[in-house]
Amino acid sequence: MLWPMTTILTDAGEFEVPQAEVSGDALWLSAREAEEATGWIAKPEGLCKGEVCVPLPPGREQEFGRGTRVNVAALGRHLGQPVLRSDRGHVWVLARSARDRSQALRSLQAPDFTLPDASGRPHSLSDYRGKKVFLVTWASW
Amino acid sequence: MWQALYEELAAQNFVVIAVAMDSREGDALPWIEAAHPTYPTLIDREHLMAELFGVVNVPQAIWIDEAGRIVRPAEAAGAYDGFRKMNRATREMPEEVARLTAGAKSTYLDAVKDWVRRGPESVHALPAESARAHLPALTEDMATAQAMFRLGQFLLRHGEKEEGNRWLSEASRRHPDSWCIWRQSAGVNDTGLAALPEFWERVDALGEKRYYLPVDMKGMP
Repeated sequence: MLWPMTTILTDAGEFEVPQAEVSGDALWLSAREAEEATGWIAKPEGLCKGEVCVPLPPGREQEFGRGTRVNVAALGRHLGQPVLRSDRGHVWVLARSARDRSQALRSLQAPDFTLPDASGRPHSLSDYRGKKVFLVTWASW
Repeated sequence: MWQALYEELAAQNFVVIAVAMDSREGDALPWIEAAHPTYPTLIDREHLMAELFGVVNVPQAIWIDEAGRIVRPAEAAGAYDGFRKMNRATREMPEEVARLTAGAKSTYLDAVKDWVRRGPESVHALPAESARAHLPALTEDMATAQAMFRLGQFLLRHGEKEEGNRWLSEASRRHPDSWCIWRQSAGVNDTGLAALPEFWERVDALGEKRYYLPVDMKGMP
C-alpha cells in the first residue's frame, strides 16, 4: 500500500520518502530514492554501489526491480543485511551486516560518523584527523 | 572524568571525544552542563557509534591515531568490576577492592598518557596484527539487535511507545552482552539512573563473567 510518508533509517541517515510502496516484506522506491537512501543503483549488470555490483539471482529479477522501481528491502536481505519494518510498515531500518562492519574494522581505519553535541552542532570523527583521538563512551543512566 | 586528562595532553595534538549513549532528549545535558568539558561531547541517541565499533558498555574507549587508524579497539576505559563488591546499602567498598579499582583507573590513564607522548613507540599502542586480534567479534545477531534498537528509539521519539519498547526488549534479547542496549531500555520507564534492583540482579547473574571485560594491559586487574 502507499503511505503518505515512509521513513527509512540507513547508515547515511534518515530519509523521508513520500511515495514508497510497502507490500508485506517489500519496500519499493524510485531509482532515485533508492540511490539516495542506500547508495544502490540498478544497472544492466545488476545492482551496483560504487565499484561493487551484485548480480541478481536468475529468474528472480522481478523481486528486486520493476520498471524504474527498486525493492530495497529484498536487496538488503539478499546482501545478508538486517532489514526491519515497523508493524504498520511506515518506518524501515536498512542496516549494515556484521560481516560488512567486521570487514571495515579489520582495515583498522576508524569508521567515520557524525553526531551532534549538546547545542546540536554536528561533529564528524574525521574532523579530528591529524590528532590522536581518545574516543570514549559514557551515559547518564 | 576526562577533563584533567584532556587539559594535560591537549597541547600534544590530542583530543578527547566523549559520546553519550543517551536516547532521551535532555538526559545527558545536565551532566554536560555540570562537567563543563572543553572537549567535544556528542550525543548518540540511536547508539550508532556503538554499532560501528562494537561498544557494549560505558565507559569504553577506542584509541585512534593521527591517520585515523585504530590502535586500541573498544575496551573498558579504566573501569573495573570492583563496584560489584560494594556494600549496596552504604555504597562502601572493601579496602582491597577500592585499591584495585583505583589502580585500574590510574594504570589506564598512565597508558593513555604514554601513548600520547610516544605514539607507536608506546607498548600500549597495539601493532596492526595485535589490534585486529583485539577487535570485538561482531555477529549478525548484534547487527540485527542494533537495527532493532534504532527502530525502537525512532518509534519512541515519535510517540509510539508500545511498539518502540517492544523493539528495545527484542534488541536486548538478541544482544544480551550489550549493557548499553539493556540499560537504555531498562531506563525507559524510569526517571533516575538504571541502577535499580533489576540492574543488580542482572549483574549478579553474570557470576564469574565480567561486567567490564578484562583489558589486556600490564598492571590491569
